[in-house]
Amino acid sequence: MGALMVIFSLQPKQRRKPTDSVEDELELSAVRHRPEGLGQLEAQTRFSRKELQILYRGFKNECPSGIVNEETFKDIYAQFFPQGDASTYAHFLFNAFDTDHNGSVSFEDFVMGLSILLRGTIQEKLKWAFNLYDINKDGYITKEEMLDIMKAIYDMMGKCTYPVLKEETPRQHVEVFFQKMDKNKDGVVTIDEFIDCCQNDENIMRSMHLFENVL
Amino acid sequence: MATGVAAWLPFARAAAIGWMPVASCPMPVAPRDHRRRQDELIILNVSGRRFQTWRTTLDRYPDTLLGSSEKDFFYNEETKEYFFDRDPDAFRSILNFYRTGKLHFPRHECISAYDEELTFFGIIPEIIGDCCYEEYKDRKRENLERLQDDQEENKDVKLPHMNFRQTMWRAFENPHTSTMALVFYYVTGFFIAISVITNVVETVPCGSTPTQKDMPCGERYTVAFFCMDTACVMIFTVEYLLRLFAAPSRYRFMRSVMSIIDVVAILPYYIGLVMTDNEDVSGAFVTLRVFRVFRIFKFSRHSQGLRILGYTLKSCASELGFLLFSLTMAIIIFATVMFYAEKGSSSSKFTSIPASFWYTIVTMTTLGYGDMVPKTIAGKIFGSICSLSGVLVIALPVPVIVSNFSRIYHQNQRADKRRAQKKARMARIHLAKSGSANAFLLSKRNGLLNELLELTGTNTGEQKLPKSACLLESQHHHLLHCLEKTTAHEFVDEQLYEQNYVEAVMQSFPAARRESVSSRDTATPTCCGRRSKRNTTLPIAALQPGVNQQGPLQELSAIHIQCADRPSRSTSRSKLNLKADDVGRLNCKGGRITTAIVSLPSPPALTTPDSDNLRGPPTRRPPLPSPGPSIQTTTSSANVVKVSAL
Repeated sequence: MGALMVIFSLQPKQRRKPTDSVEDELELSAVRHRPEGLGQLEAQTRFSRKELQILYRGFKNECPSGIVNEETFKDIYAQFFPQGDASTYAHFLFNAFDTDHNGSVSFEDFVMGLSILLRGTIQEKLKWAFNLYDINKDGYITKEEMLDIMKAIYDMMGKCTYPVLKEETPRQHVEVFFQKMDKNKDGVVTIDEFIDCCQNDENIMRSMHLFENVL
Repeated sequence: MATGVAAWLPFARAAAIGWMPVASCPMPVAPRDHRRRQDELIILNVSGRRFQTWRTTLDRYPDTLLGSSEKDFFYNEETKEYFFDRDPDAFRSILNFYRTGKLHFPRHECISAYDEELTFFGIIPEIIGDCCYEEYKDRKRENLERLQDDQEENKDVKLPHMNFRQTMWRAFENPHTSTMALVFYYVTGFFIAISVITNVVETVPCGSTPTQKDMPCGERYTVAFFCMDTACVMIFTVEYLLRLFAAPSRYRFMRSVMSIIDVVAILPYYIGLVMTDNEDVSGAFVTLRVFRVFRIFKFSRHSQGLRILGYTLKSCASELGFLLFSLTMAIIIFATVMFYAEKGSSSSKFTSIPASFWYTIVTMTTLGYGDMVPKTIAGKIFGSICSLSGVLVIALPVPVIVSNFSRIYHQNQRADKRRAQKKARMARIHLAKSGSANAFLLSKRNGLLNELLELTGTNTGEQKLPKSACLLESQHHHLLHCLEKTTAHEFVDEQLYEQNYVEAVMQSFPAARRESVSSRDTATPTCCGRRSKRNTTLPIAALQPGVNQQGPLQELSAIHIQCADRPSRSTSRSKLNLKADDVGRLNCKGGRITTAIVSLPSPPALTTPDSDNLRGPPTRRPPLPSPGPSIQTTTSSANVVKVSAL
């Protein structure tokens, strides 16, 4: 009796096998990527050879296959913020880094992004930030997009904060932001409004220079 | 923050620029990185194998040895590398931890060696990656069990201050602790056997009497059997009560399986005693007698195999349950099928489904009594399917149970083997230790003799006593010497120690001591020789009258070298004990004593100081660096040269 049951249960597995193996092979072959040459990267970014070497070593250590997919990206970023949930913000960041929108961040994407953030002009940095906030990349930041971003940032804080986080805090923050940025009160922020407004704000200007010595 | 992704920290910080425009407050100042040095390669030389890595790789984990300034202690200025005198194979996985952030446990490593390496490098084992963690934990548990087994052995040593109750409990649990316990153990075992045998023999037909033929023995010799039963039950009751009294936790004891078996074994007798008069319940009383057979389970206290079997069955409960369940299912199905298949045939034994159960069980377990046989063709077909599947269903869970039993049994065997080996191991270790202690004593004497030689200004050309075998040994001996000096005590060998102890006892009876000494003094050489072992008391004992100004402490530390007429001895002595002979003889002859000093082969002319004496010995001395301590004494004429070790 038991033998019959065992025989019956064996059969479905065999039918499943052929398709599985093909897919497995495809997966294995897809995850390899070699970056462009060091010289090319040096030309395209503002990093020196040595800095690129250091960056690549760190990058390759974490991602031996040479590219980062979104899951890995979220994992890595989440380790820096253990108290809260960094996955949403990491998602937005990933989209900001993944300039060609192919679902993975290669070393070139990584290094280009870093080059802008660390060595770029104020204009470039602000453009990058605008690109981050503009989730659908249509050139306008709407309140909903901003709210999403704000919620993602507040999520990273986690529960244990002082003072205690309330439900409407992100929304209020978005209101403040829009009041500041939206000059013509049309409900969206364009890139020019954004850049102008930021350049007139001293605090923002000062903080833009904050991470220049990171590498 | 997880240091495993330390390489991505610059990225995370750069990405923080995304928060700037929406920030509600000004940002704090970034920490300045003062040490802006370039990333450099570090060379780690581990027992000759060179590993190289970046400094920043190591800096990822600043609370370990390699990541902190602790590694500066291992820095070698000349070769500009960090040298560690550790196992290079184990170091591989440690360095990989820095590189990948995951610590792996190589399967071929010994668990304790690996643990030591981890401790040395300041890495906690809990961060071993998931892939290797289970293996690591399993091995660690095995090791711990092994250590616990050893500790339990040591616990058998009698603890002081155990009250009567605890002693009794220990005696019950471990029959090997005392003779009384062993006796008790065997007595109860004997009575269990007797009880079981009487129960069995009771039912054997005993031969015919005139009144009735073929009576079982139990009814023929009622009184005898009753007496036996009473005796056994009395013993069991006493045993149970004693155990109950001695148990550390009575409630827990009463709930344990063995005690329940005990109770069930003796209860039928008492119930029978109470109920003999009442005829109505005698039927039930007869049934109760069946429970007497449970006495056989009391043997499990005496047999480890039985206990293992019971433990196995308990641990395989799920497999047994599955076996039972599948069997039940199969029985019901086949019984139903057989019943309906055989319904048509006339005079079929398969009167109902429950009646068919018997057939199904007998067939599935391949017993095949043949009292119920299918007659229709369909019945025969299904009957054959039934027997085939029965074999499979039973064969499946049985190997699991067998392997469990085998594993537990081997574990117990290993424990027993370890216990047996432990004694031999301890003996060897003890031998090695005493060997080194003797070596120290020997070198001490040699050293003192050397001092003596130098004191007396002898020509130590060829008479130099052999130095210690190697520098290491001499340094070690020097260390022990320093310890002696520190504590104002000396190392002595066991014999001397025992005698000193005796001597210390005798200190309180000075008069008696004198007598004993004098008596020994007057003993003849032969009797001294016979009492060779005990003669070593003489050195100490006779010291008192010999050189009187010593306190007991100084006795122990002072070494007197006296001269006396002595016959020549053979040169080679391989045992320390034999020196006692010489010493004894020496003492008997000349009434002089030497303590703790070996006797020289021959005492040459005694008028001149040591040089003459010592010239003699070298010729006769066998090669001294021989393994056993060879023993020499110096004699100097008529001078009591006291060389104090203080």
